[in-house]
Amino acid sequence: MSEIENLPVTMTVNGKKVQRFVEPRTLLIHFLREELNITGPHIGCETSHCGACTVELNGMSVKSCTLFAAQADGAELNTVESMANADGTLSALQEGFRQMHGLQCGFCTPGMIMRAHVLLKENPSPTEDEIRAGISGNLCRCTGYQNIVKAIQYAAAKLNGETFQEAAE
Amino acid sequence: MIPGEFTYHRPASVAEAIALLVDHGDEARPLAGGHSLIPMMKLRMAAPEHLIDLSGVADLKGVSQEGDVITIGAMTTQAEVIGSALLTDKLPILRETALLIADPQIRYVGTLGGNVANGDPGNDMPALMQCLSASYVLAGPDGTREVSSRDFYEAAYFTALAPEEILTAVKIPVPAPGHGYAYEKLKRKVGDYATAAAAVMLTMSGGTVSSCAIALTNVGDTPLFAEEAASILDGSTLDRETVKKAVAAAEAITMPASDGRGPAEYRTKMAGVMLERALKRAAERAQG
Ligand SMILES: Cc1cc2nc3c(=O)[nH]c(=O)nc-3n(C[C@H](O)[C@H](O)[C@H](O)COP(=O)(O)OP(=O)(O)OC[C@H]3O[C@@H](n4cnc5c(N)ncnc54)[C@H](O)[C@@H]3O)c2cc1C
Ligand code: FES
Ligand code: FES
Repeated sequence: MSEIENLPVTMTVNGKKVQRFVEPRTLLIHFLREELNITGPHIGCETSHCGACTVELNGMSVKSCTLFAAQADGAELNTVESMANADGTLSALQEGFRQMHGLQCGFCTPGMIMRAHVLLKENPSPTEDEIRAGISGNLCRCTGYQNIVKAIQYAAAKLNGETFQEAAE
Repeated sequence: MIPGEFTYHRPASVAEAIALLVDHGDEARPLAGGHSLIPMMKLRMAAPEHLIDLSGVADLKGVSQEGDVITIGAMTTQAEVIGSALLTDKLPILRETALLIADPQIRYVGTLGGNVANGDPGNDMPALMQCLSASYVLAGPDGTREVSSRDFYEAAYFTALAPEEILTAVKIPVPAPGHGYAYEKLKRKVGDYATAAAAVMLTMSGGTVSSCAIALTNVGDTPLFAEEAASILDGSTLDRETVKKAVAAAEAITMPASDGRGPAEYRTKMAGVMLERALKRAAERAQG
């Protein structure tokens, strides 16, 4: 086959409007990493299982390896690059991952944080079970999840104006 | 893992989508959430030359009730099914099943229409649709027709859907208030397809079964509507002997493959175990 026209794709990524012409088969993860140089979203499995490529698309958590960039035309998209506070300090979730040792190698972290971000928007005070179900599409090969759950609990407490008591394991 | 090349179309209406399918014939495929199709395209097990993205067709979304029928637009996502107050109230088994599909990210994007149109025996919604006696509204160049979910599935990935048709909605008769229900799924981990699963809908009166429907997931080339098993239970008190007979009748219609989820004999047995558990839970939930 030949001569397939490139498509114009416009979206708002981390608050900035971008437009590019892409091959229709361009996956959203490749669009972000290779066209826009936004390398926070990682490619772990390429098979929709690991969640390392998770980004926020129109308020939903999605696996950007399993969408075409064309499907996100017109969308509002946020990646981990948008997570820090405007003054450059860490957001509650980032602080939680740091304080609770929610990461070791850090490969899963951008996906975990983006998933947790939407989870907390939808459910500001999740139970431990709800957190575990909420991040069940994100795999971590290092931490055993305990401290990731605590990191999210820490962030939920902080966002609710409370203090999280437990220590990291 | 890069999919093959294709031309991308985003029609704004059902008519436009059908016209594109007619123009491009076998080379074209509708794209819903893409969470079955894109993985297949990455593996080059599917290589459509034209993708018709249905996300721009507003009419394909939404859940509504008219009289005793609930209509769910094909592009309604699993997350929207889970979040629907109407479905949670009238058809709670739909929410229970949707929550057992894949993971949150996939449920935000994957649609009910894509799940039932796909024809993969691993999909969970087709057996549930058979259990609920749902029908599918198919729109093509010559108008629309309705096909019962019990007649729709022909073999793995072969369905009654013609290449130039799209599925626009699923219609489900509203079950009786106080009905019992359960979807039991055995899977190895979150995000796995069923080793075996069973859907049960039940109404009871005075301790006996007044109606019952059963269907099974991923233990054959198609979802399996277990008519005989259900009729054995009709009029019974769900006593052990009768349940045993019904489970045996359900196991008898399974033809699972031996694969990473286990040998065929095991999966047949697990279908029986899922059915027994689903019957128990449905009976506990049934009023009357
Ligand atoms: C990691 C992973 C785990 C999963 N686990 C499960 C699971 O446990 N259970 C389960 O049921 N599913 C599972 N799925 C599949 C998921 O639920 C899919 O979203 C679903 O099967 C297809 O819906 P879709 O909207 O993504 O359809 P698509 O992938 O876009 O389409 C699927 C097929 O249906 C056709 N189609 C779609 N919509 C229409 C329409 N309206 N009219 C005509 N044809 C149409 C397409 O052309 C294509 O052939 C999993 C997927 C992944 C990636
Ligand atoms: S890279 Fe997308 S889910 Fe693993
Ligand atoms: S910290 Fe290494 S994969 Fe999660």
